[in-house]
Amino acid sequence: MAGQGTTTDAAPADTGRHAYLKNGEARRPRIGPGLRTFLIFAVLVGLGALIFPSSYFYRVGTLVWINTLAVTGIVVLLGYVGLVSLGHAGFFAIGAYATAILPSYGIPSPLAMLAGVGMAGGLALIVGRPILKLSGYYLAIATLGLGMLIWMVLSKEAWLTGGPDGMVVSGMNARNLFKLVGLKLKSAEAWYWVAGFAAATGAAIAVNLARSPSGRALRAIHDSDVAARSLGVDVARAKSRAFVISAIYAAVAGALLALANGYITPETGGFMHSVEMVTMAVLGGATSVFGALVGALILTALPQVLTVFADYEHMVLGGIMVVTMIAMRRGLVPFIADLWNRRKS
Amino acid sequence: MSELLQFLVSGLTVGAIYAAIALGFTLIYNASGVVNFAQGEFVVIGGMTAAALIGAGVPVWIAAPLAVVAGMLVGVALYRAAIRPAREAPLVSLIIITIGASIFLRGAMQAVFDKQIHRYDGFSGDAPLRVGGATILPQSLWIIGGSIAVFAFLAWFLNRTRAGRGIKATASNRMAAALVGINTGRAMNLSFALSAAIGALAGVLATPVTFTSYDVGVLMALKGFSATMLGGVGSPLGALAGGLLIGLIEAMTAGYISSDYKDASAFVVILLVLFLRPQGLFGARITERV
Amino acid sequence: MTRQAVAAGISALALLAGAPALAEIRIGASLAITGPAAFLGDPEAKTLEMLVEELNASGGINGEEVELIVYDDGADPNKARTFATRLIEEDEVVAVIGGSSTGATMAMAPLFADYEIPFISLAGAVVIIDPVQEFVFKTPHTDRMACEKIFADITSRGLSRVGLISGTGGFGASMREQCLSVAEASGVEIVADESYGGSDSDMTPQLTNIAATDGIEAIVNPGFGQGPAVVTRNYAQLGLDLPFYQSHGVASDEFIKLAGDSANGVRLPATPLLIPDQLAEDDVQRQPVQDYIAAYEEAYGEKPSTFGGYAYDAFHLLVDAIERAGSTDPVEIRDALEATEGHAGVTGVYSFSPEDHMGLDLSAFRILEIEDGGWTPVEQ
Repeated sequence: MAGQGTTTDAAPADTGRHAYLKNGEARRPRIGPGLRTFLIFAVLVGLGALIFPSSYFYRVGTLVWINTLAVTGIVVLLGYVGLVSLGHAGFFAIGAYATAILPSYGIPSPLAMLAGVGMAGGLALIVGRPILKLSGYYLAIATLGLGMLIWMVLSKEAWLTGGPDGMVVSGMNARNLFKLVGLKLKSAEAWYWVAGFAAATGAAIAVNLARSPSGRALRAIHDSDVAARSLGVDVARAKSRAFVISAIYAAVAGALLALANGYITPETGGFMHSVEMVTMAVLGGATSVFGALVGALILTALPQVLTVFADYEHMVLGGIMVVTMIAMRRGLVPFIADLWNRRKS
Repeated sequence: MSELLQFLVSGLTVGAIYAAIALGFTLIYNASGVVNFAQGEFVVIGGMTAAALIGAGVPVWIAAPLAVVAGMLVGVALYRAAIRPAREAPLVSLIIITIGASIFLRGAMQAVFDKQIHRYDGFSGDAPLRVGGATILPQSLWIIGGSIAVFAFLAWFLNRTRAGRGIKATASNRMAAALVGINTGRAMNLSFALSAAIGALAGVLATPVTFTSYDVGVLMALKGFSATMLGGVGSPLGALAGGLLIGLIEAMTAGYISSDYKDASAFVVILLVLFLRPQGLFGARITERV
Repeated sequence: MTRQAVAAGISALALLAGAPALAEIRIGASLAITGPAAFLGDPEAKTLEMLVEELNASGGINGEEVELIVYDDGADPNKARTFATRLIEEDEVVAVIGGSSTGATMAMAPLFADYEIPFISLAGAVVIIDPVQEFVFKTPHTDRMACEKIFADITSRGLSRVGLISGTGGFGASMREQCLSVAEASGVEIVADESYGGSDSDMTPQLTNIAATDGIEAIVNPGFGQGPAVVTRNYAQLGLDLPFYQSHGVASDEFIKLAGDSANGVRLPATPLLIPDQLAEDDVQRQPVQDYIAAYEEAYGEKPSTFGGYAYDAFHLLVDAIERAGSTDPVEIRDALEATEGHAGVTGVYSFSPEDHMGLDLSAFRILEIEDGGWTPVEQ
């Protein structure tokens, strides 16, 4: 029962997406799909900046892009390969905490970020092999356990992490990046552009990956382990690679959030955050990076809209999760794409 | 020696609560192949309802069954509103649906009850009993007894009764079960009702020892889920053993190693078991269901 | 299509813009009304709402009506920072109260320096006011003071060897660290150091170990929520008879209700809020304490908690500062706040200075003992 439940759904989703990509190629044959995704994201980032009236909107926008980046990793793992992880917040937190901790040992922020991303990727590589032999609910509990262990270390080792109250992240402010090229921005705006750029790059890489030979191998595994193996795909290696890539996405997003917030707590690595990431992916549609964006946008903006009904926020949020999963199993983006295609034909 | 005994008593009490939750997971899994992450909310519904009734002056022997019935009704409602419409959905959707349902129920409980921590007196008083050099609360005996009774009931029910065999048959092949005249819809309703009742019963029994509040369900579900996986999905014996084992591991780690990493020890053991024996301690090798 | 969907989403986001500002004094708050710290944020929010209504009924501040905007950050620092930005930018508040938890407070704090808006935190940890940040104040005593007060009581009983059993949540972990760091200076020795998870249901293994430690003379339990009540019950279950101390984190009637008879004999440092009728007639805190309790009971039909008291003090300190500043300019309010001298609140008597943004001393704490399910001050 390994997430292969998605098998039946994956096929139409893919056709939809490929059809979409093909249309585009027919029009503009020289722009590759990765670059095109990047440009679409860039336009959206710019569009946001055009309509945002205040720092508060930039702040929410920054969170949307950071979440999009993290969820793009889930898209690679869940959407491409069909593997469920309930512990990815752990990798997110490793990226965040490395960025927070290492500067106090004299390592500059950019290197600290790299180190955090490396650590998350390395850990994913090491634990990936045994964990990825499991499937379905067993994989879910194993990743959940891994995430819980990371969260526990972060909350218990107070000498290093500040404990459950969290720690201050000092160091790089995105504002200074823009100062280098003579642009004076508020820090909320600066982080918005950085996060938007990161999300666009991440999306482009994920789209390119999907169309590369190893991406096709991943898709084959999604359909069936056995079939993929008979096609000569090294299933264990391909799964492990997807796991590492998705951990890296999470860690980069974590590092960005740590720097943008200036403060982090172990809850960034908590179970609910893992659930939130998977929910964003599934809500938007786990098979494409645009699903990641839509899911991240909805779940990030929703609590801001719901402040009026703060008492019922949980009920609304839970209700939306249930209803979307029942009515639009493949998520919003494929659902709407289907409606669109049906109307056209 | 009396220390070891105290750790054992502690581990068994806590483990019995995990076991009861795991038994609820097992029943639903057996019927539907769904791991219900909202299982912890039934525990809270049981505890909060009983606390509210007892607080309003209802005697405990009326409040307790009413709380179990309340849990049961919510269980059936959950099945009809959220699980049945999503029957053939992929695993990840089912995970999200049940987690969504648990968030929804948490919000509902916060609105229906309150955000306070609640407790009521133990059924047989709160005076500790001395066993050897250790002490045990009478309520712990209720909890341990309750879990064993639920286990015995489930083992009997699933194997010896027509309705129980119907549930098992529905799980292994819904179509075939329907063809041989089993009312699969009723089997599913029944399994959710019973599973929720088991969860609520765990809440009713545990609240005098563990206390309850609207938001403890997630943690309960995580511990119960872990116990289920450790014991092996779908096996009542596995659920009982898995729950008790996690309770004991936690108590022994807290007692002999470090209370800081008590929770971690349980997860380390689960990961090890999954790596070495992925089907869990008592689980049958899982069949791929497509 | 996808592009359109996203664009539609963004324009929906644009609709979230707050209502336009009106001519009144706007005060913001970001509190943990739900989530793991709800028992802090819930009474805090209730208290603020009650006080604003009260204030407006009696004519507002210098004749201007006050509007309170409260957001629920669920103790999530990420949300707290977003809400703080929203309060400052969209709601155009003149001051912010809140951060029920230390994490939320610390995530918001840098914003107030950037925007020059005064901020009064309701969270406990020392890091909030040490080092002092120009725009950040707080009303609760620090956990370090609680440790010092408890240790002073222990040594005054001629005891010195202490066992700690701490919750692993933010409150317990932070207080444990403070207790460890002030132990030596306070003349006590920590001989056992155990912990438990916030929703654990049986701590007898940890207590058994502490009780078995050589020469142990007293037990201290930093933590809040249900954990300390479970610890107290387990303590009684094991039949231990060492002097047993809880923290100010459980200073409420709720704790006695949850711990039952086991709570008798427990001592803890608390605010005068718990002993309104036992305060001396000339105690400057008698009036605010009795006012607060009467008003809260009338509004909500239940007794206020220590945490609600932090919000009560924060609000009154702020209103007092705005009145004295005679202006709604945030920087002038901040200056007036820092000049606060001898303000009698329910938690203690506050005197802020450029070096001290908490403004309480140890006398704000009183050691209480639980006797027959009620609070009795311990003579010192």
